[in-house]
Amino acid sequence: MQAANANATGANGATTNGAETGATDDFVTVYVGETLFGLAIERVHDVFVPSGVTPVPLAPAEIVGLLNLRGRVVTAMSLRRRLGLPDAPDEADGAKASPKMAIGLEQAGETFALVVDGVGEVLKLGADSREAVPINLDPRFRNLATCVHRLDGRLLVILDVDALLGFTAAGAKAA
Amino acid sequence: MDDLLREFLTESGEHLDTVDAELVRFEQDPNNETILRNIFRLVHTIKGTCGFLGLPRLEALAHAAETLMGRFRDGLPATSASVTLILLTLDRLKEILADLEATGTEPAGSDDDLISALERMAEGAPEASEPEPAAPPPPPEPVLPEPVARELKPGEVSLDDLEAAFLAAPGPDESAFAAAPAPQPASAPAPKAGAAPVEAAEAEPARAERAEGGGGEGEATTAAKNNQTIRVSVDTLEHLMTMVSELVLTRNQLLEIARRHEDSSYKVPLQRLSHVTAELQDGVMKTRMQPIGNAWQKLPRVVRDLSAELGKQIELVMVGAETELDRQVLEVIKDPLTHMVRNSADHGLESTAERVAAGKPARGTIRLAAYHEGGTITIEIADDGKGLNLAAIRQKAVQRGLASQADVDRMTDAQVAKFIFDAGFSTAAAVTSVSGRGVGMDVVKTNIETIGGLIDIATTAGRGTTFTIKIPLTLAIVAALIVRAGEHRFALPQVAVLELVRVDAGAQRVERINGAPVLRLRERLLPIVSLTGLLGQDAAGTETEQAGFVVVAQVGRERFGILVDEVFHTEEIVVKPMSVKLRHIPMFAGNTILGDGAVVLIVDPNGVARQVAQGSQGSGGHADADDDAANEVADSKTTLLVFKGGQGSFKAVPLSLVTRLEEIECAKVEWLGGRALIQYRGRLMPLVPADPGITIKSEGTQALVVFSDGERAMGLVVDEIVDIVEERLDIEIAADRSDLIGSAVLRGRATDIINIAHFLPLAYDDWARGLKRPEQFSTILLVDDSAFFRDMLTPVLKAGGYQVVTAASAEAALSTLQSDQRIEVVVTDLEMPGRSGFDLVAAMRRAEPRVAGLPVIGLTGAIGADAVERARALAITDLVAKFDRAGLISALAELGAETVSKAA
Repeated sequence: MQAANANATGANGATTNGAETGATDDFVTVYVGETLFGLAIERVHDVFVPSGVTPVPLAPAEIVGLLNLRGRVVTAMSLRRRLGLPDAPDEADGAKASPKMAIGLEQAGETFALVVDGVGEVLKLGADSREAVPINLDPRFRNLATCVHRLDGRLLVILDVDALLGFTAAGAKAA
Repeated sequence: MDDLLREFLTESGEHLDTVDAELVRFEQDPNNETILRNIFRLVHTIKGTCGFLGLPRLEALAHAAETLMGRFRDGLPATSASVTLILLTLDRLKEILADLEATGTEPAGSDDDLISALERMAEGAPEASEPEPAAPPPPPEPVLPEPVARELKPGEVSLDDLEAAFLAAPGPDESAFAAAPAPQPASAPAPKAGAAPVEAAEAEPARAERAEGGGGEGEATTAAKNNQTIRVSVDTLEHLMTMVSELVLTRNQLLEIARRHEDSSYKVPLQRLSHVTAELQDGVMKTRMQPIGNAWQKLPRVVRDLSAELGKQIELVMVGAETELDRQVLEVIKDPLTHMVRNSADHGLESTAERVAAGKPARGTIRLAAYHEGGTITIEIADDGKGLNLAAIRQKAVQRGLASQADVDRMTDAQVAKFIFDAGFSTAAAVTSVSGRGVGMDVVKTNIETIGGLIDIATTAGRGTTFTIKIPLTLAIVAALIVRAGEHRFALPQVAVLELVRVDAGAQRVERINGAPVLRLRERLLPIVSLTGLLGQDAAGTETEQAGFVVVAQVGRERFGILVDEVFHTEEIVVKPMSVKLRHIPMFAGNTILGDGAVVLIVDPNGVARQVAQGSQGSGGHADADDDAANEVADSKTTLLVFKGGQGSFKAVPLSLVTRLEEIECAKVEWLGGRALIQYRGRLMPLVPADPGITIKSEGTQALVVFSDGERAMGLVVDEIVDIVEERLDIEIAADRSDLIGSAVLRGRATDIINIAHFLPLAYDDWARGLKRPEQFSTILLVDDSAFFRDMLTPVLKAGGYQVVTAASAEAALSTLQSDQRIEVVVTDLEMPGRSGFDLVAAMRRAEPRVAGLPVIGLTGAIGADAVERARALAITDLVAKFDRAGLISALAELGAETVSKAA
C-alpha cells in the first residue's frame, strides 16, 4: 500500500510537472541527527514544543507517550525510533529532558505528534531536483520515504505521512 | 423510505410500547378512564396515520383493536381474555411495523384471524361477560370468517361517531364513564385489580412529564404538544457532548492557571465562565438523560405473560422509574434488566403452591428499584422467592472445575452466588429444575461490565434474592481516583474501588507467599498487585512495597488490591478513548486531561483483574497469552522436567520424552551453515534453542536436553535445568504459539509446557516426514481421554512415519472406526473415565469384521496380572506402559512385521 501511495504521488508529480514546468510542492523540513526530512505541508497541522509527555507503559517503542495539545490528547511518536535510530543522547540520559520539537499530524481523525530533533524552514521544491529513493537505503527508510530531493550541499528525504503513522500495534511490537 | 414513513415508524413504535404498558395497567385498574383514554388516543393516532400513508393492513388491525377498546369505554368489562387479544394484536402490529421498516412496504398477509376475533369480542359486548370464555383468543387462528366482519361494518361508523363525541365533550363523558363501569368490579377483573398493580403513582410522573408540554390535560392537546418538542439526531447530541467535554477541560485548565496567579483580574469572568460551563454541561447531559422507566416499559407485559405462562401470581413493583440516566447506558442495560426480571419470575419465585406451603403470601413480588447514589445509579431487582441454592452452586462449581472444594468452602455466600455469572453455568441445573431461557447471566454481567458497572447478589434461603446493579450515570464523565505509581499518575475508576488501605513496614504490611504479594485485611488474605509492576516499570519493586496505599478493588468475583505509591484525590474526569495505536494494551481504559493540564492514563480494573488472575505480574510473556483457558484435565500424574528457558521463564517437558540431560562445553559447539551442531557420541547433533530468547553461550558450559529417536538426536538448548516434578498436569492456558502446548502451574509457578513436535523439524528437516518407513500399516487411531497425551503422542507417532487419527473417548473412537476405513491399528489408553479401553476393545470385537479384526495396542499406567489377562481375552496385541514411547514405537514396528509375515 505504501508503495502504491508513493507511486501515485510520484506519477502525479510527474504529470503536473510535464504540463507546466516550475510547479512546486511545499515541504516542512525537519531534522533528526544530521539527516534532513521533508513532510508535505498540507499534512502538517502544527509545529510545537512538546511538554508534559506522559509515557504509556507497555506501548510500542515508537510511542513516546501522550501529551496535551490545546485540550486534545495527542499520541506522540518519535521519528528517531520509527526510523530505527537510537534516541538522541540528551533524550536517553534522563526522562526529564523533553524532546525539542514536534509536528502535529492527523490521520483518520486522530492527532499524532511526530517528535523530531528540530524543525527547519519550509521549502518549495520542483520536480527538477526530485530523485527516486535509492535502493540501497535501509528498508526502514525506504518504506517510509517517497522520494529524495537534491538540495545545495545536502539531501532531503521526503517522508510518506501515512506510512509513517501506519504501523500497527503488532507490527511495532515485532519491530 | 421517505421521511414521513420513517417518522411514522419511530412514532408508532413508541406509541405501541406505551399502549402495551398502559393496557396491563388498565387491566388491573379498569376504572381508570385516564389510562383508557390514553390508550384509545394512541391506537387512534396509529390508525389515522396508517390510513393517511396508505397502509391498509395496519389500518384494518388498528381499527379492529380500536373498536374493541371503544367497547371498553362503553362499559364492556376489560377481561383478561380481551386484554390478551389486544396485546396479541399489538404484537402483530409491531411485526408488520418491523417488516415495514426493513422493506419499506407493508408485508403481504392476512390478519383476518385477529380482526374477526377482535370483532367478535367487541360484538359480544352487549351480552356482558358470556362471550369471553367462548372466544379464547391466545391461540392465533380462531378462523371466524366473513359474516362477523360484515356484520360489524355499521358498528365502525357508530364508534367513530362515539369517539367524536368523546373528543368534543370530555366533561360529560367522564361522568358517564364513572357510572358505566360500576358493575365491573363485581365480575372477573376484581381479583385481578389487585393482582399486579404496577406502582402507578411511581410510574405516573415520568409519563405525565412526557405528556405535559402543552400544559393542558387530556388528548386534545396532542397537536399543541408536538410543537413543544423536536427530534434531534443522537449524533448531534453526541457531538455537543464532546464539545462540552472539551469546554470543561479547558475551563479546568483556566482555573488551574488562575489559581497560580493571585492578583488575576480574570477571576470574576472566569468564575462566570465556570458557572456557565457547569450549567451547559448539566444541560447537555440532561438531553442525553432518559428516565429508567423507559427501559422498564416492557416489563409489566413480560411479567403478565410469564405469570400466565408459569401459573404463578406475580406482582411487579417498580420504584424510581423517573430516575434518569444516560441513554447510552440505558440501551445497554435494557435487555439485561428484562432478562433478570424474567429470571426472578421463572427461577426466583416459587410456585403458588410452594409459597402457600412455606407460609408466604401466595402472590410473589418482584421489586424493581432505581435510585441515585453518588455518581452512580443503583438498580435493585429483588424477589421474595426461595433464594439461591448455595449448596448446589458450590457443588456445581467444583464439578465444573471453576474452583476447588477447599476454595469453595472458604468462599463467602456472596462470592459463591457469583458463580451464576460464569459462562455456561446453568442456573437451571444448579438452582432449579426449570430450564433457563434467553441470554445467560454471564451475558448480563458482561453487558453491565462493559459500561463499567458492577453486579452483586444477596440471597437468603427462603426469603429471596436481590441483585444490585451499580452503573455509572454516564459513560462520558466518570469519577476517578488519581493515584501515583512510580513517577506517574494514573486514574482509577471510582466504581471499582471498595476502600483504601495504607500499608507500611509496620502492622499493615504486604507479605509474600512464594513471591506473590498478599495483604491481611480483616482476617482475610487479599492478593496484591503493584501498579508499577503491572505496567512493567518495576525497577525499585521491593522498596515501593514498604509504604504506600492499597486500593482495594473488586471486579466480578475477584477482589484484589492494587498497590500504589500515593493517593491524591477523586476527580470527575472526561474519558477520552485511547489512540488506535495503543488500544491493544489491556491495562488502560482510556485517558484524560486533568485540571493541571497533564494527560493521565485511566487504568482499566477489568484488565488488572485479568492480570491478577493470571498471576503473571511483571512478566511480559503472559500478557499476550490467550485468555481462553482450555481446561484440559489430565488426571494422572506426569513426571516433567522443568528448565529455565528464555527471560527466566519456566518451561517443562514430559520426562518420558527426554533421552538424556547434558552439560556441554561451549567451545565444542560448531557452526555449520548458520546452524549450531555438536559432536555427540561420534555423530553430529543439531542444537536448537528452546526459546527464541536463548542464545547459545560462547563460553563456559551449556545445558542441553537431548531428545533422540533411533539414530537421530537433537539437543534442546536451555538456560538451566531446574527440577524434575511429578504433578497432576493441568494445562490452564492454551498457547497460540506452536512451540508451546500451553501453560500449567507446577509447584506454584506458571510454567510453559513445550511442544517437542515443534522443535524436531527444526533440527532435521525430514524428521516429521518419517525416517524409516514402517512395514505395512500406516494409519493409527489413537484413543486417549487426555488431550495432553494425545498432543504428546501424536507427534511421536507421526515422527515414526504413521498417520494419526485421534479420539477422546471410546464412543468417539467407535464412530471414527465406523467411518474411517483407513485405520489399520488402534492404540488406546485402557484407563479412561466412562467406557474404558477394555470396553472399547470388547465393543470392537463385536463389531463388523473389518473393525473386529484390527490389531490393538493398549496403553496402561500399570501392567498388572489381571490387565494382562483381560488383554489376552480381548486379543489385545500388546500392552505398553503409558510413558514408554520407545516401547510403543517398537510394539508398532513388531506388529507391522507380524502383519507382513502373516500376509506372506
